[in-house]
Amino acid sequence: MKRLSLNVVLGGAIIGTVVVGAVLGAVWTPYDPLKIDFVGRLAPPGASHWLGTDEFGRDVLSRLMAAAATSMLISLSTVAAAGLLGTAVGLVSGYLRGWTDRILMAFNDALLAFPAILLALGLLTVAGANSYGIIVALGLAYTPSVARIVRGTVLSLREREFVEASRVMGNSELYTVLRHILPNCVGPMIVLATSMFGWVLLAESALSFLGLGVPPPAPTWGNMLAASRPFIAQAVWLAIFPGFCISLTLLGINLLGDALRDRLDPRMRGAS
Amino acid sequence: MTDIVSSGALLDVEALSLSVAATGTEVVRGVSFAVAPGEIVGIVGESGSGKTLAVRSIMALQPPAIRRTAGTIRFEGRDLAGLSAKELRDLRGGRIGMVFQEPMTSLNPSMTIGRQLEEGLAVHQRTLSADGRRALVLDMLRRVGIADPDGALAAYPHQFSGGMRQRIMLASVMLLQPALLIADEPTTALDAVVQRDVLELMVGLTRAHGTAVLMISHDLSMVARYTDRIIVMRRGEIVEQGRSDELLRAPQHPYTRALLSAMPRRLPARPIPPAATPIIEVRDLVVEYGGRRGLFRKEAGKRALHGLSLSIMPREVVALVGGSGSGKTTLGRAIAGLLPSSGGTIRYAGRPIGAGGPGWAVYRRNCQMVFQDPYSSLDPRMTIGALVGEALRTVPAMGRGEKADRVAEVLSEVGLAGPFADRYPHELSGGQRQRVAIARAVVRRPAFVIADEPVSALDVTVRAQVLELFADLQARHGFSCLFISHDLGVVEQIADRVVVMQDGRIVEQGDRDTVFDHPSHAYTRRLLSAIPALAPTGEGGVRLKWRFDDVAPEPVPS
Repeated sequence: MKRLSLNVVLGGAIIGTVVVGAVLGAVWTPYDPLKIDFVGRLAPPGASHWLGTDEFGRDVLSRLMAAAATSMLISLSTVAAAGLLGTAVGLVSGYLRGWTDRILMAFNDALLAFPAILLALGLLTVAGANSYGIIVALGLAYTPSVARIVRGTVLSLREREFVEASRVMGNSELYTVLRHILPNCVGPMIVLATSMFGWVLLAESALSFLGLGVPPPAPTWGNMLAASRPFIAQAVWLAIFPGFCISLTLLGINLLGDALRDRLDPRMRGAS
Repeated sequence: MTDIVSSGALLDVEALSLSVAATGTEVVRGVSFAVAPGEIVGIVGESGSGKTLAVRSIMALQPPAIRRTAGTIRFEGRDLAGLSAKELRDLRGGRIGMVFQEPMTSLNPSMTIGRQLEEGLAVHQRTLSADGRRALVLDMLRRVGIADPDGALAAYPHQFSGGMRQRIMLASVMLLQPALLIADEPTTALDAVVQRDVLELMVGLTRAHGTAVLMISHDLSMVARYTDRIIVMRRGEIVEQGRSDELLRAPQHPYTRALLSAMPRRLPARPIPPAATPIIEVRDLVVEYGGRRGLFRKEAGKRALHGLSLSIMPREVVALVGGSGSGKTTLGRAIAGLLPSSGGTIRYAGRPIGAGGPGWAVYRRNCQMVFQDPYSSLDPRMTIGALVGEALRTVPAMGRGEKADRVAEVLSEVGLAGPFADRYPHELSGGQRQRVAIARAVVRRPAFVIADEPVSALDVTVRAQVLELFADLQARHGFSCLFISHDLGVVEQIADRVVVMQDGRIVEQGDRDTVFDHPSHAYTRRLLSAIPALAPTGEGGVRLKWRFDDVAPEPVPS
């Protein structure tokens, strides 16, 4: 019980801070995140600019706050989209088996064979490089791995006797899947979703790097990190602070994810 | 007994205590016993009695979380605590061999039998040449009854049945001619007939080599048949030990008596009221498993049931017995509608049923099932109340309050009244879980229940209680039952009629007393020879009578 509450407290504190920062950043920032000031460019962290300024003299703290909302939105939507679609495909494929399974999985494996980032690149050129395009592209790119994992879990669950017991009771197939199989997939799904959250944050920065992320000057943690590369020797804070934000958010999400998984699993509830 | 301990004992365990290192909980307390050279000793106890831990610590193979807190273990006069890791390794395999419970997993699936058997010889007898090793392996495989030893050398474990694998496992251990063989539930995973063959082989082989055997089991009668001495353990302590026949005839400790009285025994035959139509009538049922069908090939299907006919009268308990692979579970699942049949008819109360047909919904409501494994048949994410209540979900014309009342009523009938309704399956013991599974099956007041090995996963004393509950519910609600089991002892206690299956065919059926006392088929006699009949003695114990003891063991399939 003690470890569980520690996870909740720590993860909650971190995510709470990030969320407050994001909400605040949407209405107020210390400086205008887009205001260019060539006189004060690459200023180190100090009294007036707490986290310094970037190559265009923009305030880093303001940009981080403004970016928080965009980055969180992109990551959450992407994970949700990939999670929903992948779970649906995995459930259908794993439960029905046979030809449905083979066709779906052949398609799925073909997609898995491409690196997710390459897939996203291709999709982005079709969908257009903006936040929605990124969500659609990354969401589709990560769907196959979710589908694979859910299918595997379903395959083992459907052989369990409680699924058979449900059929003997006269429950419909759909009811059996929703009532008995889906809830038992939640554990692996949460683990996957929390790690996927991190992949998406990083993939977004990689896309920015390739010029297909959220277009500048709008800030995201990813494109800030990407833009800091040429100045890493002169202005190391440009890379450190966005990187720190990404890592901290990941830590928070993982802690909360673990706590959520344990909370949803009756076997873990009340265990020491 | 003291004379064995003092003089020349092969193994001498004294005041052994084991604890869980993290919490300090004692799991084995002050256990002392000795094994003389060539002696066969059985350790009997239920799950959690510490029997496996105590014996594994002899080879220092207890899990790392378990610490030895007190006591000494002497093997051939040497204290095992003082041995180096190297000396221990020489002991393991070389002087002490071990046969594990699960033949399906105790052989490495990616190594040939030949290489696995040679492995031990290569480690422990370095002077032996490759040809010498091969000759020894071939000889030993022949002695454990492998029909084609040369072929077996190049074969992989999956090509053998469970019984054959256990023979191979035994061969690999006996190759090194250990002084002590530890057998941890060596035949629990095997069916009765195969169990007897393997045990007889084990006893014969060890007697020939003068190897002592320490056999762990939960099955008192089986141990009594093959051992010289029995040690009874309970909750980490030895409650009684003594010569096998004496211990059985006049047990001293109440727990030993409880174990003995929990052994299934025959009850007087019940009158079954005559009825015009059977509740279930199966005629010429054929089930085929479809072969794999790919794009370019079509493999032939395997016929699991060859045209079976069977009928079950109202209020009757019909037991379906047979070894593993006999098709008894397939038959149960086909009758339950979980498997499509490829031929024949199943009638419920005189009307044919088929998935989606007019009689189907009625049949589905009236035919329920209890599964074998209580750990897998309950959804871990639902409370007990929800699990039992779910069975009422599709019952039309039953109000919410009515359903709740029925659930509470049934839960109290199975002895899980009150707070249990809000608990989750993982908070319950195996026996309690099986009570939940039974409650779920009877909550609709079905006319017919299929019970697929409902007690085979349970401990002896728990099994007796669950059987009693089941019989009690059956008498009260009067449902008919198809009771599938490989355990003839259980069947003898609960069945009105017995149907014996072998290789997808019914070889014999009749009322219980006739089948048990005057079996007409050779296979039935072989099944019966594996279980004892109990005759109570005046001293609170029992005498075991082995039936048809002269029956030849099953011929080894080539």
